Amino acid sequence: MYKSLPSSKREGFLLIMKNIRNFSIIAHIDHGKSTLADRMIQHSGVIDSRNFKNQILDNMDIERERGITIKSQAITLPFRSKDGKDYTLNLIDTPGHVDFSYEVSRSLASCEGVLLLIDAVQGVQAQTVANLYMAMEHDLEIIPVINKIDLPSADVERVMEQIDSELGLDPYTSLACSAKEGTGVEEIMEAIVQKIPPPKGDPKAELATTIFDAKYDAFRGTIIHCRVIDGTVRSGDIIRLMHKGTTHRVEEVGHFLLPRQKDNSLSAGDVGYIIAGIKTVSDVQIGDTITSDKRPCAKPLPGFKESKPVVFASIYPIASDDYEELAVALEKYKLNDASFVYQKDSSVALGQGFRCGFLGLLHLEIVQERLEREYDLSIILSVPSVRYRFTLTDGTVLYIDNPAHYPDSMSIIKSEEPYIRAAMMFPERHMGAVMKLCKEKRGENSTLSYPSPGRIELVIEMPLADVIYDFYDRLKSATQGYGSFDYDIIDYRESSLILLDILVNGERVDALSQIVFRGTARERGLRACERLKEEIPRQMFKIAIQGAIGGEIISRTTITPYRKDVTAKCYGGDITRKRKLLEKQKKGKKRMKMVGSVAIPQSAFIAILKSDNT
Amino acid sequence: MIPGIYIHIPFCLSKCGYCDFYSTTQRERISPFIGSLLKEMAMYRGCFNRFDTLYLGGGTPSLLDSGQLTEIIDGIRKCFPLSSDTEITIEVNPGDLSRKAAESLFETGINRISIGVQSFDEHILSFLGRRHSLIDSISAVEDVRNAGFGNMGLDLIYGVPGQDLESWMNTLRKALSFRPEHLSCYQLTLEPSTPLGMKYRAGEIDTPDEDLLYEFFMKTSELLEASGYTHYEVSNFARGPEFMSRHNRKYWDHTPYLGLGPAAHSFSGNRRWWNHRCVDRYIEEVNKKMPPIEKSEILTLEQLRLEALYLSLRTKMGIDLQDFSERYSFDLLDKKNVVLGRICEEGLITILDNHIYPTRRGLAISDSLSII
Repeated sequence: MYKSLPSSKREGFLLIMKNIRNFSIIAHIDHGKSTLADRMIQHSGVIDSRNFKNQILDNMDIERERGITIKSQAITLPFRSKDGKDYTLNLIDTPGHVDFSYEVSRSLASCEGVLLLIDAVQGVQAQTVANLYMAMEHDLEIIPVINKIDLPSADVERVMEQIDSELGLDPYTSLACSAKEGTGVEEIMEAIVQKIPPPKGDPKAELATTIFDAKYDAFRGTIIHCRVIDGTVRSGDIIRLMHKGTTHRVEEVGHFLLPRQKDNSLSAGDVGYIIAGIKTVSDVQIGDTITSDKRPCAKPLPGFKESKPVVFASIYPIASDDYEELAVALEKYKLNDASFVYQKDSSVALGQGFRCGFLGLLHLEIVQERLEREYDLSIILSVPSVRYRFTLTDGTVLYIDNPAHYPDSMSIIKSEEPYIRAAMMFPERHMGAVMKLCKEKRGENSTLSYPSPGRIELVIEMPLADVIYDFYDRLKSATQGYGSFDYDIIDYRESSLILLDILVNGERVDALSQIVFRGTARERGLRACERLKEEIPRQMFKIAIQGAIGGEIISRTTITPYRKDVTAKCYGGDITRKRKLLEKQKKGKKRMKMVGSVAIPQSAFIAILKSDNT
Repeated sequence: MIPGIYIHIPFCLSKCGYCDFYSTTQRERISPFIGSLLKEMAMYRGCFNRFDTLYLGGGTPSLLDSGQLTEIIDGIRKCFPLSSDTEITIEVNPGDLSRKAAESLFETGINRISIGVQSFDEHILSFLGRRHSLIDSISAVEDVRNAGFGNMGLDLIYGVPGQDLESWMNTLRKALSFRPEHLSCYQLTLEPSTPLGMKYRAGEIDTPDEDLLYEFFMKTSELLEASGYTHYEVSNFARGPEFMSRHNRKYWDHTPYLGLGPAAHSFSGNRRWWNHRCVDRYIEEVNKKMPPIEKSEILTLEQLRLEALYLSLRTKMGIDLQDFSERYSFDLLDKKNVVLGRICEEGLITILDNHIYPTRRGLAISDSLSII
């Protein structure tokens, strides 16, 4: 709680715009963003250290385990500066993965400045640069912070040179800290007050508020996280979501203290929340503008984009009896994840399920993990796919994200697939390996630049389908961990595409089909067979796996059956032990999907996309 | 469904490298152990109606002299009613037998003898850490026959590191030359806690690969069945139905059994319990007039069903579908129609007269058959 200030004073204090600082921390993955945020929270005293749980902001298990932030978070930190005045620092934590870059841009639009965090060992990375550009686009004040200076291999000098040469920032404005040990945190908070400008805006103007996140609360419905640019919003007001076109009555507004603190109003410059009887997060779009229904602003705030899924896969329950349960879980899950979309789908091999859209493969993995963990479901995901575009002889244009709906090949006159522009940064010595990888992934129109001696920035266009699965992992191994990667989707390009089917014991498994580039189809078919051979456990009978294109078998492998697995002795003392072992095996088998009489593990559906080198 | 009694005699002169049954070399504990065993029997007096098998296993029951064995068997007779045709089995180490010892065993009323021959190859015997020799085995068989035993079984092990098929077939042929009524042929299992298991994990020894083990299994079955034996359980062969181990069959069809002595397991109804795996602890508990039980479990219907499946699929008798459905409320044929059809097609089982019978190839993978 707000210990330093009695609540009566606090309200008036929050309204003084020149004492507010709205900022975000941006960093390459693993450069210590969440740890620094934790230290600042501790330093501000909003929560006492006894109750402190590491990485408050990453409050999902998955976030803590993977060391990434998935959802944006905001928190209000009180701070008394050396000038003797009290300030309100609103920290808006941003997601740290390329799948969520639109959410990052909306969070940044709510700030006046950022801390650009750079690891003292790893130095500037591709996401450091990408994040910096994004902050620059929003005209934000940038404070470079060099973290992890406690590490023996820290090289602050080198990072300062990079700040100068690669980022074009004044290295002497940078601060150094060890978020882990808590050194330098006070100086950082002081710099936020001194260097980041207070918000501008007119509390008396027409209301214009930008939504940077929305969370679902079982009791209150959607909690909108927002930044007021102009005007004031009070409980009881009728607000309008400008892009969505809906109106709602405000039930409550407040600030992000720990816990959330109800207030009378939010005014220009404030970061806070609005509760307005909105049922699900899907009724709110990130980036939308909230205005007053009675006295609306002239036009929405800039930068709105409809969040569109780019990777698609079907989800099936492993036991078909669990279909209803899965439907309920998806509905509940969707309440809190507006970027996740789904609709009913069915597969000949896997039965009833749902076709789902994701922002990227990480998003897909997160959804899968959360469904399994939080809803205790055993699910199978089909092979992920991008959304292709086909023009048919009769002029129809089809967008196909499910290989099961691949049109009759005779009727296709044009096939197109989505392309991305990828930006990579890595040491010069790995140039050969990276170019080889990009060539394999059908990269084209590359441009090279040398931001500093020995470092290369490569911008290259590639089909999204070739990047979604293992590109990043392989880039990391090609650059011994020193490569970084960021991408934007640019457009659709004509491409020769065909449908690759997989047959298990002669039966086509539609959920294993892929739409692939003709030039590498044979190779992909062979690889898919080999991968499946590794993933599908041996069973009691022979399993033939075949890759087929239009009825022609292009690859095959066989999984030999096991022939001897029985334990020799089974008397009094062995029976319980043996039963426990079998119970365990049975449980493992329950996590596999029966396709005909073959048990296929979950991992097989994703492994099929992986190449040999990972 | 007449219950059986198992008595664990947990003493050995030396421990074999592969064995993970509980035993100790502290032979000074034999006498107090017998005292406790008699007291433990008394604790179960009246709990069972009648038994028709008694099995003395170990450890090495043949380390006990005939006086001690008589004391135990008499103790059982005093506490529990036994059928007149009760099968009384003892496991013996060939090194412990002599003409006289075999005759004494016969006099105690023991009518079935199981000799731990393991191999007729000296190299294999020494690898396994057996204390007896090939000559010991041959004379033990003769002594048993001469003493008048008409139901003799030989225990053999195959799949020993370095053992080839030829060496194993020689052992089998040698065993057959004695015309035993029963043969147990166990594939060597390297339990992690045993000395050989540890060597295996350290990569110092290697076991035959799965294909070779399959050959061992199939060739064993083929030879023995051709020689007039019925392959009635994964590892067991009998020269006619009357020689199938009546006692062991109880383990495979959920017949109740009472286990006495350290580490012995018991089963009745839906409960299984087992004694402390330590002779001192066993004696201590019994002296405190406590049942020396370490743990017990109540089996759910689902657990009983799984046990019934895997245990009956280990036997030639297979699954009586009618009986299975009545005892475990599960219509196998209906619920597992597709996969049963598939494995039937594969020749792993046959379905006949409302029974599922594992074929020879099916027996080799009966663990997997049970988790279809």
